[in-house]
Amino acid sequence: MATTTMTMAKALNEGLRRAMENDPKVLLMGEDIGKLGGVFRITDGLQKDFGQDRVIDTPLAESAIVGTAVGLAIRGYRTVCEMQFDGFVFPAFDQIVSQVAKLHKRSDGIYTMGLVIRLPFQGGIGAIEHHSESPEAYFAHTPGLRVVSCSTPNDAYWMIQQAIESDDPIIFCEPKSRYWEKGEVDLENPPRGLYDAVVRREGSDVTLVGYGSSVKTMVRAAESVEAEGVSLEVIDLRSIAPIDFSTLVASLQKTGRLVVVQEAPRSVSVGSEIVAELTERCFYSLRAPGVRVAGYHVPYPPARIEEDYRPTVERILDAVDRVMGYES
Amino acid sequence: MIDEELVQLLTPEGERVAHPDYASTLSGEQILSMYRDMVIVRRLCNESTSLQRQGQLALWAPIQGQEGAQIGAGRALAPMDFTFPTYREHGIAWCRGVPPENLLRLFRAVSNGGWDPQKYRHHLPTIVLGNQVLNAVGYAMGIQRDGADEAVLTFFGDGASSQGDVLEGFVWASSFNAPIVFFCQNNQFGISTPSSTQSKVPLFRRARGFGFPGVRVDGNDMLACYEVTKAALENARAGGGPTMIEAYTYRMGAHTTSDDPTRYRVDAEVEVWKHRDPIERIKSLLVREYQTNPTAFDAISEEAEAFALKLRDDVLAMGRPDPLSMFDDAYAEPHPLVEEGRREMAELLAHGSVV
Repeated sequence: MATTTMTMAKALNEGLRRAMENDPKVLLMGEDIGKLGGVFRITDGLQKDFGQDRVIDTPLAESAIVGTAVGLAIRGYRTVCEMQFDGFVFPAFDQIVSQVAKLHKRSDGIYTMGLVIRLPFQGGIGAIEHHSESPEAYFAHTPGLRVVSCSTPNDAYWMIQQAIESDDPIIFCEPKSRYWEKGEVDLENPPRGLYDAVVRREGSDVTLVGYGSSVKTMVRAAESVEAEGVSLEVIDLRSIAPIDFSTLVASLQKTGRLVVVQEAPRSVSVGSEIVAELTERCFYSLRAPGVRVAGYHVPYPPARIEEDYRPTVERILDAVDRVMGYES
Repeated sequence: MIDEELVQLLTPEGERVAHPDYASTLSGEQILSMYRDMVIVRRLCNESTSLQRQGQLALWAPIQGQEGAQIGAGRALAPMDFTFPTYREHGIAWCRGVPPENLLRLFRAVSNGGWDPQKYRHHLPTIVLGNQVLNAVGYAMGIQRDGADEAVLTFFGDGASSQGDVLEGFVWASSFNAPIVFFCQNNQFGISTPSSTQSKVPLFRRARGFGFPGVRVDGNDMLACYEVTKAALENARAGGGPTMIEAYTYRMGAHTTSDDPTRYRVDAEVEVWKHRDPIERIKSLLVREYQTNPTAFDAISEEAEAFALKLRDDVLAMGRPDPLSMFDDAYAEPHPLVEEGRREMAELLAHGSVV
């Protein structure tokens, strides 16, 4: 098994490279992605190797990045659009929900909207305003779109390739605070399907569910209470839309307790959907109500106080205490 | 008349005028054939308005007055060119060969599309103003990458000219030298909003600021619309980059069947434009210059009537879609929520629980 250690940023870069090598119809489009390699260097070196026609430095207009990718999709291209930051995707929101999400349906399946919109999301890098947001629920709510998020370099390498191969449009959420963390990447075998959740750590008392940056925080929470005899199961959702509920149901039938972790505000969120759906599906297995550990219902705060906003190990363990406190 | 820079090859009276940059290349036979197109499309429009009034269509967006712009531009296309319309490009759809009954599927609300856009090389109508312009530019960028001898013709109105997507499309087309022609029908109104609210300068002059030529053409002069569009498409195919065409015209009817133009414009203005009718001026030319026999016009009128009757029959024959069809093609690949919805509805239908 050929494995190698690399950062998530490098794994995404290698994944994009391999997708471009495999399919000449794959294009990359975004702001500063060519010579600069993107502000996070995810596309570093790709324009040099694949040329300006395939790695396109665009004028600064997000609606146009996505809007022209739609036209390229109609022409048979698969464009990977880079949104420079989460907070800059909104000019493209119209094209995403009005055209990207609908044209396959409107054309009775004639058009294939096989484009990927890469979105560095979530906080934790000490950035200024509009650079740390978690807009995934807007897209997860929209029929016609799929939303996924990687949490490890191995998933980053494979999921970006699977997303590009998909005939459906995909919002690809990259936890920017994990870009520089290293992990093992298996260059030969994809770990699993793009829409499958995975149990990152087995446990029996409480099921923790999250995605993106929250996965590592959940694992640390589980590790921190292991010695006390509290057994937390950690599930990496990977796909936010659709959600792999079968994996969640199997876990909850075992633990009976649910804590969902996300950076996005709690109300009307991915976590809300998970709690609602699992309450319906696992009612008789539940030993406590599902609890959400999430961002607060305020605009994302200045970075000096962002760690008071983002879910921490302490807040997760507090929620674990709460769900463990119910008599069953 | 309206602007000294206006390209006009035929006066409202049907008399030819010379222009330094453009000359009419159409034969009498071609002009008669395009006259027929205009008459049929106007009849289509009238019939559709009637169908809406009778409750058979949910909505209709009329094009009376804009037939010259659309048939002129539509007949200038080469077969492999691709068009990106708004919801008012019925004349373009006609020129592209989209079956008229398919065009009405959207307006009867039995479909959100209506035809195979790849087959007719005519995109589905875009209702969100200006979105299609960016989609069109992207398609043109694909043509460039394929090295194909093709061009894109995209449409929008004076109202949509204020949309960011249209202006971003200008920037991109210019920066990438995309093979595209922007065809703006300035019909003077965005529902009730006059074009003077959209722009303080004539719209065609905007193009210069983006780095490509803009041409204002008499939108009620089919001959001029044809030549200007043909030249711009040829230039685009030859690598000359984008052109913006402003077809200066007038929406003789309402914005849609839900609109009441008497609330915001005066009859006198409409009367002025009646004398500039695109169909009448071509008819005058045909009579004067080609001595077209009255029986030829009668035959076209009869054909249009028969066409309208068939269209009506076709529309009335469009039944309610199978409710389960809403689950088809929502995604290209299987999706659990779609399948769950399909199962749930199938069960309800089987039990007669829904209409």
